[in-house]
Amino acid sequence: MRNFNIKPPQIIISLFLITLVFLAYALEMNLVILFNESLVKLVMNGVLVLSLIPMLNVGAGMNFGLPVGIIGGLLGMCLAVNFRMTGLYGFFAALLFSLVICAVLGWIYGLILNRVKGREEIAGTFIGFSFIPLMNFFWTLAPFQNREMLYPIGGQGLRPRISLENYFNNILNNLYVIRLGDIEIPLGLIGFFALIALFLYWYFKTKIGRATIAVGENEAFSKLSGINIAQTRLLAIMISTIIAGWGICVYAQSYGFIQLYDEPLSMAFPAISAILIGGSTGKKAFIFEAVLGTYLLQSMYLFTVPIANAILIPELTEILRSFITYGIILYALLVRERRRNMV
Amino acid sequence: MRINQQVYRFLNSEHLVPAVFIILSFFAWQFSGLSGTFVLNQVITRFIRDGILVLSLIIPVVAGMGLNFAITVGAMAVQTALLIVIGYQVEGIPGIVLVIIMGVFLSALLGYLIGRILNRVKGKEMITTIIIGFLFNSIYQLIFLVGFGTLIDVPNKDIILTRGIGVRNTVDLGMYRDTIDKLWLLKVGGIELPLFMILVVLIFAGFVFYILRTRLGQEVKAIGSNTETSEVLGIDTRMIRIKVMILSTVLAAFGQLAYLQNIGMFDVYTAHLNTGIISCAALLAGGASIKSAKIRHALIGIFLFHTLFIVSPQAGQNLFNNAALGEYFRSFVAYGTIALALIFNVKHENK
Repeated sequence: MRNFNIKPPQIIISLFLITLVFLAYALEMNLVILFNESLVKLVMNGVLVLSLIPMLNVGAGMNFGLPVGIIGGLLGMCLAVNFRMTGLYGFFAALLFSLVICAVLGWIYGLILNRVKGREEIAGTFIGFSFIPLMNFFWTLAPFQNREMLYPIGGQGLRPRISLENYFNNILNNLYVIRLGDIEIPLGLIGFFALIALFLYWYFKTKIGRATIAVGENEAFSKLSGINIAQTRLLAIMISTIIAGWGICVYAQSYGFIQLYDEPLSMAFPAISAILIGGSTGKKAFIFEAVLGTYLLQSMYLFTVPIANAILIPELTEILRSFITYGIILYALLVRERRRNMV
Repeated sequence: MRINQQVYRFLNSEHLVPAVFIILSFFAWQFSGLSGTFVLNQVITRFIRDGILVLSLIIPVVAGMGLNFAITVGAMAVQTALLIVIGYQVEGIPGIVLVIIMGVFLSALLGYLIGRILNRVKGKEMITTIIIGFLFNSIYQLIFLVGFGTLIDVPNKDIILTRGIGVRNTVDLGMYRDTIDKLWLLKVGGIELPLFMILVVLIFAGFVFYILRTRLGQEVKAIGSNTETSEVLGIDTRMIRIKVMILSTVLAAFGQLAYLQNIGMFDVYTAHLNTGIISCAALLAGGASIKSAKIRHALIGIFLFHTLFIVSPQAGQNLFNNAALGEYFRSFVAYGTIALALIFNVKHENK
């Protein structure tokens, strides 16, 4: 956290958020409920944002190929639902399945990204994009048996939205909830988030983790000091993919549905913009930046929905969201590359 | 030994991707059970519809800036011009002329802006153009879904949603439909050849060909092969790159105009979304790479890519009893072609 200084995007977003809070107050919305929701939203999206950190730090850039990990997690959850595993047991089974699947996917993804060094971002974008229709074949043809997952008519192919109502819907959200008056703090949910953050913290303190950062900072130098660059990158990419898989599990249990088919297509961009708002340069990232960025961005979204509805243009939320998301990413690309060109 | 060399050369040559596309389209066509005439007619329609858009990608590739996914911005520029003209009810020939003038002006301006941005992200142009495309899409939505009817007053109420804010999802272009498309229509058997529009596409192809042979074109090529050397030679790289983006964006604007007038219906919020991806995939299908693209790649690519695009849903229907699978196959081919080009091209670079 040394050298941490506030950057323009953070100032803009924070000011915007403060304005929104005042607006919400003026429109007589229940701020406590919004605050409770903001905590849930933080974790719901935060794990996906945390998953970007290892790849950023190893120098593989922003992970636009996030759908790869997300699909691994979706598959893990589908397996758990297919075997009718419920409750916490079901959720952890889903995590276990996605761990295995994402490790394999991440390994392949890492091998490919090691071949396209310097262009990971654009290659990752299209690897993610092309992996989605490929998996659409799988969702349609795979022999899942649980009727609750399949199309009601025909009995073949998974539904685009699989309800988790009877399985592990809100399982973490409702775990150890502490109530202080109206304020609800979901300790289980935040605890899970904290565990992943701690794991990342620990990982970067180990020898391999320090090597990871060294590779990201100066590849030529790390090579001279005897670090196996290809393997370090591979490991970081695998960890990123696994956490992305877990991220979508947390997201889905909070949302209540597994969303398949084209849903992961645009999930990478909001996650990336969150970590950038947190202050990451797009070359290196700290856990704190991921948490801060996600919290700022998600609470801002949370406030815009009721306000946009109040002024009768509901589409405005979605448009503003994408405007902010892509604007931030473009800004980060410009700043990062200018810095690189100056050096 | 000689055969080995030949095989190796074949695998590395620009013929591999088109060959794969020919084989895939042939089998997909066989399974689809569609008649050859129907497919050919459809492909010709796609050729005049998408031709200019694909051509607009060539100059940035030659300049070493990679695939320009920001041609969607050019498409949005001309759509903006079209909506303004329809919104203020300028009809007939003056309307069309006004669309072209405004479209060119706006796309040149935006092209200049994109060029300026890309000069700051050398080496990361492609990812930046994708993000630029998405960003401008949200600005475009902001203007037409929120701005029209609130901040901007539009006389033509037919295109505005009933709530009084925002443009409708589809705007009819009936007055432009089947006008220049049916000009000089030649029928050979069951095949319809709209000679005028084919000529228009070929004129644009000739224009790109000509540009690449002018002084500017030589400088563009020099930058594409080696930026440092050309800077030493006294070429203003930054200015050339901006000019390249202006040209590409203006061409894309013309391309989208040809596309829209051919379809005759104007999906305000979705018509431009896939132009970037589909055009890039079509160019690559013709044998282009991220480092080199020629006119023939564009022209061949449109035919190959769109043949596969037309027959695959029906083939999916017949093979698996599920048309959706053909759709998935389509998007997989579009994205996958670009992904493979990105992965393998870099490999050659490293050698």
